[in-house]
Amino acid sequence: MEIKVACEYDIVIARSAAKTEAKKLGFTIVDQTRIATAISELARNIVVHGSDGIVRIEAIEKGDCKGLEIWAIDRGPGIENIELALKDGWTSGGGLGIGLGGAKRLMDEFEIQSEVGKGTKVRVVKWMRN
Amino acid sequence: MKSEEKIPILRIEDALLASIQIPLHDKLALEFQHDLMVSIEKTRAKGLIIDISAIDVVDSFITRILVEIAGMASLMGVKTVIVGLRPEISITLVEFGVQFDGIETALNLEKGLEKLRVWKSK
Repeated sequence: MEIKVACEYDIVIARSAAKTEAKKLGFTIVDQTRIATAISELARNIVVHGSDGIVRIEAIEKGDCKGLEIWAIDRGPGIENIELALKDGWTSGGGLGIGLGGAKRLMDEFEIQSEVGKGTKVRVVKWMRN
Repeated sequence: MKSEEKIPILRIEDALLASIQIPLHDKLALEFQHDLMVSIEKTRAKGLIIDISAIDVVDSFITRILVEIAGMASLMGVKTVIVGLRPEISITLVEFGVQFDGIETALNLEKGLEKLRVWKSK
């Protein structure tokens, strides 16, 4: 499933879609909330910094493990210093400065690629506990 | 877009009660903050209770709005209690690393009112 993210309303759509998908797969309510909160931060990053982009939500499997993989991709200005952007308390968008780092803590896997002038790609995964 | 949205503010004892039932966005959040401060002045309320039991995701944006409201109300001499945090929200917020700086919380509306009464009697 792919959701276009360009304005604030799209943040709600993206996180609701992620939550619905997580629920459908059988994630607990706590995991659904962790996923939805992380996606809310990633989608807000797109709106605040990246102007527009997409959130892609996909069910994945690895052996016996089921999981949910989410990509947040934008064509924004990119992040110059990723280490700094992941640090708590650091913000360039007037928020609390815990968005990216917080999203990382809520998910099991977190990868970020960014190129200045081209955009940012974030991939997160949450695995279901058997 | 959707400017007809509004969060109702009710009077209960000598406190104000606002229950957030719809997802907040920037414009709505700013209007909500403004409406609350005007209501505080108009009603001379001594406390403010914000019920978030209908909210299923508390991200850094909504946390910032809530912290700001408590700060604004405090400048007007009013105590704020946030009530109705669901278990999954509390768990997520702590893992997420969000701090409700200077915000008082209570399990539900009843406990929130109790908290305000204790402050008043001090």
